[in-house]
Amino acid sequence: MATVIPPPSKRQRREELERTQNQKDVAPLLADELGSFKARFIDSDGNQMTDVIEINFADASEKNVSVLLNTLLERDREDFTPYRFRIHVPGKDIIVDQYPTDLLGLLQKHGVLNPFETTITLSAEPQAVFRVQAVSRMAHRIPGHGQPILSCEFSPASAKLFATGSGDNTARIWDTETGTPKYTLKGHTGWVLGVSWSPDAEKLATCSMDKTVRIWDPETGKAVGAPFTGHAKWVLALAWEPYHLRREDGPRLASASKDGTVRIWMVNTGRTEHSLSGHKSSVTCVKWGGEGMIYTGSHDKTVRVWDAVKGTLVHTMTSHGHWINSLALSSDFQIKTGYFAHNEEVPATEEGKRAKAKGRFEAAAKINGKVAERLVSASDDFTMFLWDPTNNGNKHVARLLGHQNRVNDVKFSPSGEFIASVGWDNSTKIWNARDGKFLKSLRGHVAPVYQCSWSADSRLLVTGSKDCTLKVWNVRTGALAKDLPGHDDEVYAVSWSPDGKAVGSGGKDKAVRLWKN
Amino acid sequence: MRCIERHTKLFGKRLDTEERARKKAAREGHKQSENAQNLRGLRAKLYAKERHAQKIQLRKTIKQHEERNVKGAADEKEPANPIPSYLLDRANPTNAKALSSQIKNKRAEKAARFSVPIPKVKGISEEELFKVVKTGKKIAKKGWKRVITKPTFVGPDFTRRPVKYERFIRPMGLRYKKANVTHPTLNVTVQLPILGVKKNPNNPLLGYGYFSFPLLTFCHSIEVNVSDLGIVTASGKIAWGRYAQVTNNPENDGCLNAVLLV
Repeated sequence: MATVIPPPSKRQRREELERTQNQKDVAPLLADELGSFKARFIDSDGNQMTDVIEINFADASEKNVSVLLNTLLERDREDFTPYRFRIHVPGKDIIVDQYPTDLLGLLQKHGVLNPFETTITLSAEPQAVFRVQAVSRMAHRIPGHGQPILSCEFSPASAKLFATGSGDNTARIWDTETGTPKYTLKGHTGWVLGVSWSPDAEKLATCSMDKTVRIWDPETGKAVGAPFTGHAKWVLALAWEPYHLRREDGPRLASASKDGTVRIWMVNTGRTEHSLSGHKSSVTCVKWGGEGMIYTGSHDKTVRVWDAVKGTLVHTMTSHGHWINSLALSSDFQIKTGYFAHNEEVPATEEGKRAKAKGRFEAAAKINGKVAERLVSASDDFTMFLWDPTNNGNKHVARLLGHQNRVNDVKFSPSGEFIASVGWDNSTKIWNARDGKFLKSLRGHVAPVYQCSWSADSRLLVTGSKDCTLKVWNVRTGALAKDLPGHDDEVYAVSWSPDGKAVGSGGKDKAVRLWKN
Repeated sequence: MRCIERHTKLFGKRLDTEERARKKAAREGHKQSENAQNLRGLRAKLYAKERHAQKIQLRKTIKQHEERNVKGAADEKEPANPIPSYLLDRANPTNAKALSSQIKNKRAEKAARFSVPIPKVKGISEEELFKVVKTGKKIAKKGWKRVITKPTFVGPDFTRRPVKYERFIRPMGLRYKKANVTHPTLNVTVQLPILGVKKNPNNPLLGYGYFSFPLLTFCHSIEVNVSDLGIVTASGKIAWGRYAQVTNNPENDGCLNAVLLV
């Protein structure tokens, strides 16, 4: 028989009655005598956004202040942008990243005893209007590959198509909605080390150990044209030309190889337009910037910047002390996705698409009104460098120190606000993308972390590790949002779809896994 | 200054000094051989000891030279298992994580779950296992104590029972706390602490199941602490205990060898 709770005692009943009958004095709770402060809003470039305004401390929750700022900017209620605020403590050089529940208390803690007369500067960071939910379950486990999966990528157009490259010499395209294999792309005679969708999602490029690059049509699963031959050794990485830079004669593709060269291919004809030679060792990563620059990182410890049109060397950055493992551009996400923006219609005309892609790139890369595409390079020397090759040449903006072992992968958040880096010291670190300041360390993995991928709204990060798990992190709080075990072995590749609906991962256990919420 | 050195300085060396030194060095081997064969008694012992030390030094030096001659750079040829581009060209430490996939696949099949490297498990009779100890005054009657003649494992928190109640005596000399465990795919052997002895699934009469104490003999399964190896479980935690099977006869050999079941 279940235990019965004894009836309340007489004293308890009397107190209960008293509590319900008497009106409570709520005056101290309203706390209208908390006072007010003057707020000055600045955007991320440091420009003042509106006039200084007085705000009650009692009402100064982050949400309220965000609504207030939107109103001051005379935005329509439909177009409200959520803002996050960083608080500049007056008279000091301290910036508080996390908006507190008790703003007055925070200011008093920092020695501002009488904040009622002071003007407090709040830097407003616009957040993505949409919100990506953390993936929480394994939706599909699709076997098919006969060998470990080495690379994966979602189609920029939708989360419906997912491509993987494997050690069984094939690449495969999967239908993520039904969780079924769609096409097997056979042709390579070596492991497929990289897969890359073109920004218009009409072509898929794969690079392989067999020294060739192949182009596929994802609609039919057939090869397009002959394989691109010319590299003398393994081809390690690929980069498509950004959509807005495309010329009349078709898209171009850059491939980085172990033979120390980067080749630029005309995709339609398979002709090599340029062969960028200069690296003395294996070129591990290549990125094609939105301003017509190609960035390459190599085992010869240098990062080089090339002019994609002329095929000439522009800058050589020699600050690193060991191999370069990974490069990331602040506009990577926008370049990858071209004209596909979240929940917006795809322009009908060619000009429209081009303008949209260009607009998205510029919005991402602009700082203080001028285009400044930033580059971050991660290296085996445990450090990273933040570069601004357009404005700063081969001098670095910041050196990102903190990892205690080799840094394997680095990614800019789609908003360009944060940098995430993962490495062999089992940790993931978040950095401020503007000045390279260290923000927080995400700990939880028990083995080296191989890859990471941002959600499209820059609020979440997924990391794949050697310890067989994926972990989803809430970047704002630095907390583990979801732990996703399920892989039987090391996770080599992980990717978050551009619309945020699914995460795909692959690894040594050969089966593709799709994660949804 | 010693007088030989002084003499050499004053009068120089004999003309055939170098020749004599060379000949002496050349006969060194013969001399050593003669000593090794003909010395007797204490001198032979001392000589053998000295020679032993020399040989150890010699082997060490040779090994150092061999290691120095190994080519440093990684080979150009493809690694055996496919790995992503960011792991290529790295001298990947042959880590314990090479719990090779084939064995993992095997584990997935239920039938193979309990297959062990040495399938033949021999039963042990009670006569072989126990030796009767007779105690007390009425020696003929009180034969209820047993000494275990096989190696055993007792946990760290084990305390012996009072003499009056101690039915099974586990001799100190036959207790083991550590095992030399070989990783089958990596071919490395490490000494790992034993966590416990497992009931043998193939024969429930053996091992921990039947007797009230853990027994370490040939073919038995033991659980060892592998936290140092950095093996990771499927849920992303560091594996702590793993099963291993004893591959030698510890009671004969004085050491406990085992192979890790991965």
